[in-house]
Amino acid sequence: METLQFAYDNLSLIGSRALEHIAIVSVAVSIAVLTGVPIGLAITQSKRAADFVLYLASMLITIPSIALFGLMIPLLSPIGYGIGYVPAVIAVILYSQLPIIRNTYTAIADVDPALREAGIGMGMSPLQRLRQVEIPLAMPVIMAGIRTAVVMNIGVTAIAAYIGAGGLGTFISRGISQTDPRQLITGAVAVSILAIAVDLFLAFVQKLLTPKGLATGVAA
Amino acid sequence: MIRLENLTKTFGAAGSGITAVDRVSFEVPEGEICVLLGPSGCGKTTTMKMINRLIEPTSGKVFIDGKDVTHIDPIQLRRSIGYVIQQIGLFPNKTVADNICVVPDLLGWDRKKSRTRAAELLEMVGLQPDTFMKRYPKELSGGQQQRVGVLRALAADAPVMLMDEPFGAIDPINREVIQDEFLRMQKTLRKTVIFVSHDLDEAVKMADKIAIFRAGRLEQFASPEHLLSNPATPFIETFLGTDRSLKLLRLVQVADAMLTPADTVRPEDPVAKARDLMEKSGHPAIIMSNGDGRPGGIILASRITGQGSCREAAEPVRATVPVKVDLRSAVALMFTHDMPVIPCVDEDGKLQGVLTYRSIVRSLANSKIAA
Ligand SMILES: Nc1ncnc2c1ncn2[C@@H]1O[C@H](COP(=O)(O)OP(=O)(O)OP(=O)(O)O)[C@@H](O)[C@H]1O
Ligand SMILES: [Mg+2]
Repeated sequence: METLQFAYDNLSLIGSRALEHIAIVSVAVSIAVLTGVPIGLAITQSKRAADFVLYLASMLITIPSIALFGLMIPLLSPIGYGIGYVPAVIAVILYSQLPIIRNTYTAIADVDPALREAGIGMGMSPLQRLRQVEIPLAMPVIMAGIRTAVVMNIGVTAIAAYIGAGGLGTFISRGISQTDPRQLITGAVAVSILAIAVDLFLAFVQKLLTPKGLATGVAA
Repeated sequence: MIRLENLTKTFGAAGSGITAVDRVSFEVPEGEICVLLGPSGCGKTTTMKMINRLIEPTSGKVFIDGKDVTHIDPIQLRRSIGYVIQQIGLFPNKTVADNICVVPDLLGWDRKKSRTRAAELLEMVGLQPDTFMKRYPKELSGGQQQRVGVLRALAADAPVMLMDEPFGAIDPINREVIQDEFLRMQKTLRKTVIFVSHDLDEAVKMADKIAIFRAGRLEQFASPEHLLSNPATPFIETFLGTDRSLKLLRLVQVADAMLTPADTVRPEDPVAKARDLMEKSGHPAIIMSNGDGRPGGIILASRITGQGSCREAAEPVRATVPVKVDLRSAVALMFTHDMPVIPCVDEDGKLQGVLTYRSIVRSLANSKIAA
């Protein structure tokens, strides 16, 4: 009850913290898409490169976020960005690589070889094949990877409050340091709701981007 | 025109690898259908893919209209060759119209022109453009998908077509229908076609020339008639099966096997005349013709008793066979109606000749000598 009262009294603060949260995740994941998708496409050309890159990306994801933030302080301090928004964004970019690269890679590698052969046999260049056949077919799986990255990193970003990045994690860190369960619970619930809402939104986007001929149950 | 010269493909290291295609040479003249036939794994697909350079030969050459294909940019080459892959391979994210127009779009054709062409092609195979243009491949039956796969290869009007078991994934009845459709289109389109099949009946039906493969080697290259009547090796003889002479029946038209002019009698003639004529010709029956030239009855030698007119001795004609059909259908009619002699008629139902078991056997023997 007290928690609800607290949340109600601080609605606008929750709103602005949520926007900070979204800003970090959306900027970082957008950049991660711009890097991860091309990397995922590129490594379909070589099994060895694929194994290496996916291994590296898996390693990245095993680093605890607190440790990653800690590591970045000495690395980024010389250029004045040891704490705050920048290291948070960088962490999210790094964590997003694995789901995005892996999903892009598997989706493209899983495209029916017969379709690839049909494309080549009819005289499509590699780029035309990618644009007309492989990417449209891989789209649902690539989008699923992006969703995973977003949801996972909404959690990571909550921890970034400890390095002063703002966001909904601030309620949690204050709640812990001030032993104030109202702030703690408000923060935790807000992060969950945000994650669920964003995931639903992206599911909708995924549906929009899925080619009509692939969607199940197209009207005949 | 397509010419293969000593075409060879070895997969894996030279020496230790497997030779999928071994020094194959043949030539397909313009406008003809050549069927590559043989058991699974004998190198049919590999041979075909060397023509549009999906596979580069280990040695040997391919010429299209006299031009060495290795001197043509592979992407340009492939756009100039219609290609139907073994697994159909329609793009599920594209509509039927967009699938058919893949190559025209790659070639930068005017969109309106290419969609009009797609509609015409759909019409040719009996698919309503209004219904089908906007559908996606998964909304089509297997047979419809296969038709669209063939149309896609025809869309840019390439003079050469490569078809890898294009009607493989389809039930026998529909396969016959599609084959007939394709042959009908081929009559006007006159493409130079290389067609892979492992179905002998299909090959005999479609081919101008059949190339029989065995373990990468070309065993025989001949017209279906020649192949069926003069198999070159024991392997081919086994491959063709013991019923190959029955397959030959398909290739001969009634018009070429019937006896002409057919002896006929009039209804008012005495049966003695019918008996005389049959004794002379050795036929087991004779046709009684009406005044209008149509067969009005049939008189069997075994049934003639005593005197009277032909009208009294004649039995009704239970079946006639059009001169345009093949001998297989004629024999089927003769068996079904138990007719040792069957009248052959033109489109107006006028008697043109008669077919007897003996005349059929003789025409098969002739085709053996001619081949
Ligand atoms: N990429 C490849 N690498 C190695 N061997 C291959 C390759 N492609 C085909 N082969 C081999 O070459 C031989 C001929 O294959 P091909 O696909 O031409 O046969 P096919 O006559 O088309 O058979 P099917 O009727 O089953 O389609 C087979 O033994 C096959 O295993
Ligand atoms: Mg094959």
